[in-house]
This record gives sequence, C-alpha cells and structure tokens, in this order.
Amino acid sequence: MKKIMVGLKRVVDYNVRIRVKPDGSGVITDGVKMSINPFDEIALEEALRIKERGEAEEVIAVSIGPADAQQQLRTGLAMGADRAILVQTDKLVEPLDAARTLLKLIEKESPELVIVGKQAIDDDNGQTGAMLAALWDRPQGTCVSEVTFADGKATVTREVDSGLETIEVDLPAVLTADLRLNEPRYVKLPDIMKAKRKPLETVSLDDLGIALDPQLEIVKTDPPAQRQKGVMVEDVDGLISALKDKGLL
Amino acid sequence: MSDYRAPVRDMLFAINELANFENVAALPGYEDASPDLVEAIIEGAAQVAGDIVAPTNWIGDQTGVRVENDRVIAPEAFRPAYKTLVEDGWLGVSMDPEYGGQGLPSLLGIAIEEMLQSANLAFSLCPLLTQGAIRAIEAHASDELKAMFLPKLISGEWAATMNLTESQAGSDLSVVSSKAVPEGDHYLVTGQKIFITWGDHDYAKNIAHLVLARLPDAPEGVRGISLFLVPKFQLDADGNSGEPNDVVPISVEHKLGIHASPTCVMGFGNNKGSVGYLVGEPNQGLAAMFTMMNHARLGVGLEGLAVSERAYQKAASYAKERVQGAAPGHKERGPIIRHPDVRRMLMMMRSTNEAMRAIAYVTGADLDRHHKSPEKEDRAAALARVDLMTPVIKGWCTEMSQELTSLGIQIHGGMGYVEETGAAQFFRDARITTIYEGTTGIQATDFVGRKLLRDQGKAMGLLIGEMRQTLAEAQASTNENVKAIAASLAVGVDNMEEGTKWLFANFQTDINVPFAAAVNMLMITGYVCGGWQMARAALLASKHLDEGTDEVEFYQAKLYTARFFADHLLPRTLGHLATVKAGPASTMAMTEEMF
Ligand SMILES: Cc1cc2nc3c(=O)[nH]c(=O)nc-3n(C[C@H](O)[C@H](O)[C@H](O)COP(=O)(O)OP(=O)(O)OC[C@H]3O[C@@H](n4cnc5c(N)ncnc54)[C@H](O)[C@@H]3O)c2cc1C
Repeated sequence: MKKIMVGLKRVVDYNVRIRVKPDGSGVITDGVKMSINPFDEIALEEALRIKERGEAEEVIAVSIGPADAQQQLRTGLAMGADRAILVQTDKLVEPLDAARTLLKLIEKESPELVIVGKQAIDDDNGQTGAMLAALWDRPQGTCVSEVTFADGKATVTREVDSGLETIEVDLPAVLTADLRLNEPRYVKLPDIMKAKRKPLETVSLDDLGIALDPQLEIVKTDPPAQRQKGVMVEDVDGLISALKDKGLL
Repeated sequence: MSDYRAPVRDMLFAINELANFENVAALPGYEDASPDLVEAIIEGAAQVAGDIVAPTNWIGDQTGVRVENDRVIAPEAFRPAYKTLVEDGWLGVSMDPEYGGQGLPSLLGIAIEEMLQSANLAFSLCPLLTQGAIRAIEAHASDELKAMFLPKLISGEWAATMNLTESQAGSDLSVVSSKAVPEGDHYLVTGQKIFITWGDHDYAKNIAHLVLARLPDAPEGVRGISLFLVPKFQLDADGNSGEPNDVVPISVEHKLGIHASPTCVMGFGNNKGSVGYLVGEPNQGLAAMFTMMNHARLGVGLEGLAVSERAYQKAASYAKERVQGAAPGHKERGPIIRHPDVRRMLMMMRSTNEAMRAIAYVTGADLDRHHKSPEKEDRAAALARVDLMTPVIKGWCTEMSQELTSLGIQIHGGMGYVEETGAAQFFRDARITTIYEGTTGIQATDFVGRKLLRDQGKAMGLLIGEMRQTLAEAQASTNENVKAIAASLAVGVDNMEEGTKWLFANFQTDINVPFAAAVNMLMITGYVCGGWQMARAALLASKHLDEGTDEVEFYQAKLYTARFFADHLLPRTLGHLATVKAGPASTMAMTEEMF
C-alpha cells in the first residue's frame, strides 16, 4: 500500500465528566479538556503498525473540526503520522456530511486504506465509516479487532454480537477500529518536538466544494436521570412482586 | 488504588501565565521550546505519569526492597515504568542537547518532575538523583569524564547516586572519612556510606556513584573533601559497563515511608578498592556537591508539593462520595464535602498546593534565566533569586506537606488511618522530605545565615520591592476578592519586612538570635511568597474574567483559592513574627540537664 488515511475526531476527553449546558442546547465544552476520539486513536495506531511492518508507505491523519483540532492532529503526528490535513469548520458536522467530506479527501489522496474509529464517543453515532464506504462504493470491515493483508486483500476479524466474524475485503476499503484492535502508544518527547516540523495542511469545506446539509435537529440535551435509590427485598417472592409492580414481569 | 491525573490546567497556568513561559522561550538556546508545544509536552508527560507510573505507587509501598547476594532487589513493577521513561525521552528533558538531552527549559523539566513525584515518590528519586549528578558532572567534571558518562546518564541508560552521609557525618559533613588514594590515572576509593538513596538497582545498566572522600594529604574539615565518580561497573575499552568495581550495597533500611526507595548502606572498596575519578579540583568536593544539592533541594521541595497534590486528589474524590449526616442548611444526609469543616481542609490542601506550584515554577523560570540570559547582570540577578528561594522552597513546601498530607488522612476519617485506603501512604512518604537534602533546620540556617545576613538583605529587598508592585496593582483592583487578597498580603509583606529588619537589628546581640529565629523566618517567607504568587494569580484571573474567557470556571476557582490562601494561610505570619521577635531567651533558658 502507498497510503493509509486515518480520521481523527476532536472530542471531549474520556476522563471528563460530561455536563449539559443549563439551556439544554448541548454539552459544555468550554474550558474542557479535548482529546482524540479513543477509537480513532486506535485506528491511527493500527495504521502506524501497518506502516512499521513495511506494508504501507505513508499515513495521513485527517480531521474535520475547529482550528483547535490542530492539537489533535499534532498529537497524531507525534504518534507517527507523516502528515495531516484539517478540514476546518466551526459547524457541527453530522456523520453523512463527515463521510461526504472524507470522500473528497479520498478523491484527492487516493489511499488504499481508510481507517476510522467505529464510533466517536461524543455522539456515539457509529455511522461515518459505513457511510463513507457506501459513498465511495468500496468494501467495509467494521468493528475490527484484528487485520492482516495479503494479495490486495484485507482479512479482518470483526467483533459482532454473537462472537467474532472473519471476513475478507478487497482493497481499497474502509475499516472501523474496535477497542481490542490494539493499545495505542504513548507519545515520546522527541517525537512531540519533531511533530511540529511535519506538514499540517488546512483546507475549508468550500475548498473541497462541500456545503453542509444537516439532516438532524437537536431538540434538547438532557443529562441521564439520577439513579433512584434501591430497595432491599426480603426474598424471591418479594423480588417477583416488585418486578410485577413495576410492570417488568 | 488511587488514580492520579496530573493537574494539567493548573500546571499550564503556572507555566504560561505566572512563570511567563514566553519570556523563557525567547531566551537564546530555547528556540525549540515554542509556546505552542508546551501543552503537548505537558499532556504527553501527564499520560505517562498517570497511566504508567502512578499505578506502581501502592505496589511499591507494599513490596518494598531487600538486599540479596550483594544486590538490591527493587520492585519488578517499576521496571517497565523506568524503561518507558528512558525510551520515550522523559528523563533528559532539560539536559544539554550536546550530550543527548532535549535542551528544554528547566521550567518544563520541573513540571514533568512534579508529575513523576506525584505518580510515585519513591520511584522518582531514582531519576532525580541522576539528574542532580548530571548537573554536578556538567559543571565540574573534565571533558573526558563528561564524554564517558553524560550521554548514558542523560538518556537514563545509566543512573547515578549521591554519597555524602556517613554514620558520624550527617548534617555536618566536615567529618567525612571515606578515603581516596591516587593510582595511575584514577583513584582507589574506600569507605562506608549510609542512607544512600537508590544505592543499587538493576533498572539501569550501570550506576555512577558521586562520593565525597578525602585525599591522603587533605586538610581536616570541609576544605579537605573531594568529589569522586565511582561507577558500579568499571568501563571497558568501548566505554560500556564491564567488570564489577568493588561497590556493594550492604543492607537497606526499614523506613516509615518511601518503602520502594532502597536506602542503602554502601561499601566502597571492601576488597581491592573501588576505581574512582576525581570530579573538579582536589579538596573542592563540597562546592561541587553543592551544585548537585541545590538541584536536589529544589527537587525535594517539589516533592512536598507533589505528594500533597496526590493526597488532595484522593481526599477530594472521597469527600464527594462519602455520605454522612446532613450538612448545615441541608435536610438530607449527603456527601461530607458539604460540611464547612471538610471544605476548610480541602481548600487548605488545594490552595496551598497551587501556591507551592506557583513558587516552584516561577523559580524554575528564574533558573532558566540564570542559565541562558544574554545579559550578565540578568543572569546574576536570577541566580540571586534562585539562591534565596531554594531553602524556602525546600523548607516551606516540605513542612506544609506534613500538614497537608495529614489533612488528607483526616478527610478520610477512620478509613484514612487504614492502610488499604492509600491516604496514609502519602503521609508516610511525605515525612522524609523535611529531613533529607538538609533538614528544615539546616535550610532555615542557610536561609537566614547566607541568604539574608551575609547577603546584607539585598536579594530580600528586591523580592519585597517586587511584591509591593503586585500589591499596588491588587490594591487598585475593583474586584472584591482581589482587594481582600491585597489587604491580607499587605500585612504579610509588612510582617516579612519587619522580621527581616528585626533580625538585622538584633543578630549581634546574642549568638542564638538568628538560629532561634531561622525556621520562623523561613516559614513567614514561604507564606508570603505563596500569598504573593496567589495574588498575581488572582489579578490574572480577574483580568480574564473581565475580558471574557471560555474558562470561566477555572479562573473563578483560581480567585477563590487565592482568596482562601489570603484568609487562612497568610495570617499565620503574625504568629511567626511574634515568635521571631520574642528572641531566643525562652528557647535556650533551660540547661541541658533540665531536659
Ligand atoms: C530515606 C533517606 C534517604 C537519604 N538519602 C541520602 C542520599 O541519597 N545520599 C546521602 O548522602 N544522604 C542521604 N540521606 C541522609 C540525609 O541527608 C541525612 O539524614 C540528613 O542530612 C540529616 O543528617 P542526620 O541523619 O545525620 O541527622 P543529624 O545531622 O544528626 O540531625 C539530627 C537533628 O539535629 C538537627 N541539626 C543537626 N545539625 C544542625 C545544625 N547545624 N543546625 C540546626 N540543627 C541541626 C537536625 O535538623 C535534626 O533535627 C538520606 C536519609 C534518609 C533517611
């Protein structure tokens, strides 16, 4: 392979306790620590390993988001990506628009492989990878926990509800990374310094000829309901009647 | 056990806004340290400290160390952590690029050090001592020795130790009795050292022991002490570690805290003599060692902050979870954090930690200015400030850590006293920090004797001048919190000035005056320096809030912690000043027999 493209989304760090804005219009991101979506980090790690095995020549990290998403791309470069592209926009980008945008970058870069996270932990949609494969009209392997390459094909192990499923896909293809695919590396100090000198190109949606076409309207954002206090039941009969009272049996 | 996440936001605030990283990055030689890299570097280190080092802390405490077959067996759990730090370049952060360091400002090195210390204090001593040794070798060793040792020490492939103490020579090193006899191009060193931190381990392939010893014709006292580099393994023709060098750990101490740090009795030259190399000039060893000690003293001061920070994180999360009786103004039972007294303890920890961090980091920037400023006068001024602050940071931060880690236990109630909770470890670990690298008493003597009296109050005068500038700004503020902080700081600065003046007026009346006043003067200075930096922080915070910021919560919290420090910690200077002015009479009145 010559090129692997990896999508890195800027999201609220997984350690942060999410709080909803008082007016319910979304979650608070001001002053909150932002990071690479963990599944995307796994996607990048896999691309780097493929390259380090000598099976690819270049890894390109791409992100769609605000100017600050450069930070996440720099981290990606420090991990080992060769160059980065930021499609800069302050707007909310829905999965379909993200897939359309990524497709434009694919047309420009012609990668043989695109890896993205199986979902982003902000909205948990889990759609972008699959939509991208459909728009690109190429095979997809989603929720991947293992992947090998031979003869222009990828053999991927997928995590499905009933266990593991192994499939073969022709390249070029889209893969979406699951949690167990790998454990991403920590960045090394000298690589953080070097990342500054790696190319990071910024383009706008206009440059790519994309007009966002939102399909969704956010009506309201609510925090999860407070957990109710539990009650201790005396015995099994008590449990059964309690469940019946709640209409659960 | 307990999670540790580096307080990255507060660290960035201290680095960028209080210590003015931009000015540091503008110094010649720091071109690579562009401000936009700071966050990435701090985040990167925070991940390693939190994910890889911190989980080993409790394991190390429980495993401890032992000596078997002339070797120290240190916790296996630390080995991967050490390896990561070496391989990922986190040990040579502010070391000379000529020898493989990253050449970044000390200011960043200090922040990273804080994280490693919070993550695992016992473990962090190993790289801390190596770094101190690197500084001493850089400053005093021959080019040949530098070439032999610096690259491997800076990368962390080799480690180093500091061998001062002997059973009769602790605070008083003038009676050091280890010996060194010239033999060919080197020396043979013999003697026994005690309390040698990380005196042996095998995480590194070789260990460079810096040893104080006497040459055959050396005069008595401190003017007859020389410094030697004694490797654990002699170097072979290629400069790699070869044959054992007759250096063995004889035993390790059983201690109150830092269980995982081997504190060794070291035997040098018990058989044929250990090959050693002279570092610096003959009989100038103590001066050379002071390069290392000054570095290490700042490092130990930082330990006081680091262990208190971790204790705070644990206490804060417990206080939010532990449910007890209804707090005033509440109807229902609820988390103990609602009780004003628990808040008092948490705020004490939080605000003092922030103040300690501010002092330490600002001094880190002064250290960089001292190393790199193009102006000779600026370099000298920076050094005078670092010299003044070193005993204050070592003494005050470590003394505060006793109180703060104790509060960490108190917040946990009975569970705090139970080892499994983990709060007790921080208290036990903190206890050593006021002792090694010179006890608080020794720091205070250095502060009052060298840094105030011998300096004729010059450095102190400049410090007070700068504080008064901040005061004027704060007094002019329209922010209620900043105004209240200014009022309290004004009293603090007056007290510090009054104490200093009293000292100058009275030190000749009685030989005991400066020594009896020393610790109290040091504590006043610590509180006032902390209060000063918190006032600067409050001014910055109120400016951001006025001008509009997307980090309202962070800057509001900063105003509140600064206000708390002004309300609760600064007033302590009143008590210390009264004690200073009481003089030594009651302290010294009883005869030795009466005890
Ligand atoms: C865990 C641990 C690790 C250590 N690591 C190292 C190491 O790596 N390398 C090394 O060389 N040493 C090390 N030390 C030794 C340490 O630096 C000394 O213990 C310390 O300097 C105090 O010396 P001392 O124990 O002899 O106490 P002493 O000097 O006997 O002091 C006892 C008390 O007397 C007071 N006192 C003594 N002299 C004065 C004075 N002039 N003015 C006022 N008060 C005074 C002290 O403040 C103290 O309260 C370590 C010690 C420990 C416990």
